[in-house]
Amino acid sequence: MSDALLQARGLTKRYGARTACADVSFDLDPGEVLAIVGESGSGKSTLLSLIATELRPDSGSVSYRMRDGELRDLAALSEAERRALMRTDWGFVRQDARQGLRMAVSAGGNVGERLMGAGARHYGTIRGTALDWLAKVEIAADRIDDPPTRFSGGMRQRLQIARNLVTGPRLVLMDEPTSGLDVSVQARLLDLIRGLVAELGLALVIVTHDLAVARLLSHRVMVMRAGWVIETGLTDQVLDDPSEPYTQLLVSSVLAA
Amino acid sequence: MMPDRNSPALEFRDVAKTFTLHLRGGVQLPVMAGADLAVYPGECVVLGGPSGAGKSSLLKMAYGNYRCDRGQILVRDGAALIDVASAPPRQVLSLRRRTISYVSQFLRVIPRVGAREVVASAGREGGMAADVALARAEELLARLNLPERLWDLPPATFSGGEQQRVNIARGLIAERPILLLDEPTASLDAQNRAVVVELIRARQAAGAALLGIFHDTDEREAVATRVVDVTAFAQKRAA
Repeated sequence: MSDALLQARGLTKRYGARTACADVSFDLDPGEVLAIVGESGSGKSTLLSLIATELRPDSGSVSYRMRDGELRDLAALSEAERRALMRTDWGFVRQDARQGLRMAVSAGGNVGERLMGAGARHYGTIRGTALDWLAKVEIAADRIDDPPTRFSGGMRQRLQIARNLVTGPRLVLMDEPTSGLDVSVQARLLDLIRGLVAELGLALVIVTHDLAVARLLSHRVMVMRAGWVIETGLTDQVLDDPSEPYTQLLVSSVLAA
Repeated sequence: MMPDRNSPALEFRDVAKTFTLHLRGGVQLPVMAGADLAVYPGECVVLGGPSGAGKSSLLKMAYGNYRCDRGQILVRDGAALIDVASAPPRQVLSLRRRTISYVSQFLRVIPRVGAREVVASAGREGGMAADVALARAEELLARLNLPERLWDLPPATFSGGEQQRVNIARGLIAERPILLLDEPTASLDAQNRAVVVELIRARQAAGAALLGIFHDTDEREAVATRVVDVTAFAQKRAA
């Protein structure tokens, strides 16, 4: 497909003798949600870091369709271009909120900082927009001056989402955004993500070990094992009619509630 | 646009399906082979045959939920003919938005989303404006006798029959040219079964192509324009 938003080609990363990510290629369309599933050590988080250009691949490339319509190889961007892209048109929601937020800065500051990074200068506008986004992620307005250190795990994740989405990105990466949270908190967060992705037409790459998360959020799924993509396809097809032995094992290992 | 009644809306050509159970030493479970079946606009084809003969699998393959090992599953999408068996995921998803509805036996519950919104969102996904989808969702839920006090509640706590009525409303709200029905009335009482039969006949009269499974003989006779016994497909599987 020529209108892809993101194109990964042959992404490979080795750590010594171990291959963390082996020859991974995929296209992501605007508004499409791709889940990368697998167990610990499968390479799914390495793949996400390669996509986010936080790791340099041993071989392979990632290309992105810029707002002017041109598909550019991310490795060929200048550092200034790359940083501008990451802080406006891309979001990255981390598993550990402490890596995605500035813990000593207020909630409003966390959201406002991204806006300023994208060029906003007017204090009143920034605070107003921050308030709107806190409301969207169900954080009460009177918490705007509290730092995330005073927030629960679920609230921190919602704040990360607000911080990432405030600049109107077209692509968001998420690394296990719900793991480590209580199930009721997970459900609320997933519902919020599902609603925002649909409403804003975001393209999303989400890494998860939780097949229920993949089923709820994603259109397509890639199953990874030991660095390789072993099965890929329509999410409900892969989960309901898995063809690879390892995928059958993963699917059959889930306890039905 | 009036559907062209002389060419199939959905056609299975020489379709084969086998499950391979890798966790059971690679045991092969052949389901069907050589399945040929065409469903025309305005028809309601009911699949017959015993349990395990592959009726549900046939519906799931048409929806792209199960893979197809051999053959073609052709779906008419406007002027185009799309083979679900080989179409890329995004094309299958686009067919589901525009062309094929599927009413399963059970509702897959989404946490925190109320019944009315579950139905209305399916309407919006099918291209309806938000206010139209909401009004139609309410109309369907009322028609299916789901008490209004339940409309804003997530269906997780509903009874089986209540969940199934939400599921039916969800499957019927967007009026797509092909409708797949997997025992939609199994957990309903007689009154609500009659409502579902009326809704199905209305879709058929409007020119939709319907393919379904109904175990109840009365219901089957009420909706079927033709019954196809899938035992024949199952018998070819050994060959």
